Amino acid sequence: MTLTDAQIWLVIAVLGAGTFLIRFSFLGLIGARPMPAWLLRLLRYTPVAVIPGMVMPLVLWPGATGGETDLPRLLAAVATLAAGLWTRSFVMSVGIGAVVLYAGLGLRAFL
Amino acid sequence: MTTTSDQSAYTTGMIHAVPFLLVIAPFSLLFGVVATEAGLDLLQTMGFSTLVIAGAAQFAALQMMIDGATVPLILMAALAVNLRMAMYSAALVPHLGSLPLWQRALIAYVNFDQTYATSVARYEARPEMTARQKGAYFLGVATPITPAWYLFTLTGALIGSTIPPALALDFALPITFVAMMAPMLRTLAHVAAALTSVTVALALSGLPSGTGLLIAAFCAMCAGALVETLTTRARP
Repeated sequence: MTLTDAQIWLVIAVLGAGTFLIRFSFLGLIGARPMPAWLLRLLRYTPVAVIPGMVMPLVLWPGATGGETDLPRLLAAVATLAAGLWTRSFVMSVGIGAVVLYAGLGLRAFL
Repeated sequence: MTTTSDQSAYTTGMIHAVPFLLVIAPFSLLFGVVATEAGLDLLQTMGFSTLVIAGAAQFAALQMMIDGATVPLILMAALAVNLRMAMYSAALVPHLGSLPLWQRALIAYVNFDQTYATSVARYEARPEMTARQKGAYFLGVATPITPAWYLFTLTGALIGSTIPPALALDFALPITFVAMMAPMLRTLAHVAAALTSVTVALALSGLPSGTGLLIAAFCAMCAGALVETLTTRARP
């Protein structure tokens, strides 16, 4: 963590206020004015536009191995994705990912 | 005045929220653990879960902090993750727009994926509900979920430092992100957005932390919207 305590609190405060304003926006301030279709269309893809780009470098170049691709971690990520697509369940997906990660790490420790 | 049917809408909401505790508990526990491991103190970790109260954005901000991104980039990425909630806010207006301001403000604070999705499904199934009953139902759904979010974050923060390194907690965050993302890949447009995001982020990974991600996210949003436009046009 390279941030100072004050910077961390700044992130928390601005993120908290910003998130509330996003949630309050239409319900509280703007009212029932219709939003343009193109804007709704862009907003629909925000989570799926940010998260994959953030996670891929972490999967390919994990910090814990000094940025070197690590087979147990890579397989765990693939298993998590497959389980998530298959079951559509967050809990199942994390569970299966964890099992594959520990199986892989355990196997390597023994070999 | 609170009528019996307002109360029963509130109680029904609470009952409908119970299954979500299975997701909320491990998710917030993990946030507490990972935030503590990353070096946040107890108050900062709890600050995230009480003031921000948005799982994906909290994890995103944390990851950017670990990566050493600057404050503006951390904020932009984490707020971008939350932009979808503007859509939730707009979708609630026809149902809850006539409630008093303080109730709308309270509902805005607890307007996250689970409360929103459950409530809108209920409103569509029961169009005869009044705005007050709809508001009571929404707050009912939020009632078990919100304290659980705080409590399990706290638990995670307290046990976080006792977890041995052999448990490879470094990888808890990537697995959480992948598990969050996979069920979102519902349509071709979502898949196109995800693939664009990954491709551009990897191509720009040499740029300072967070910069490439923001460009990737913007390209991915456009890709998703474009594919949606093309696929809906192709259909009769």
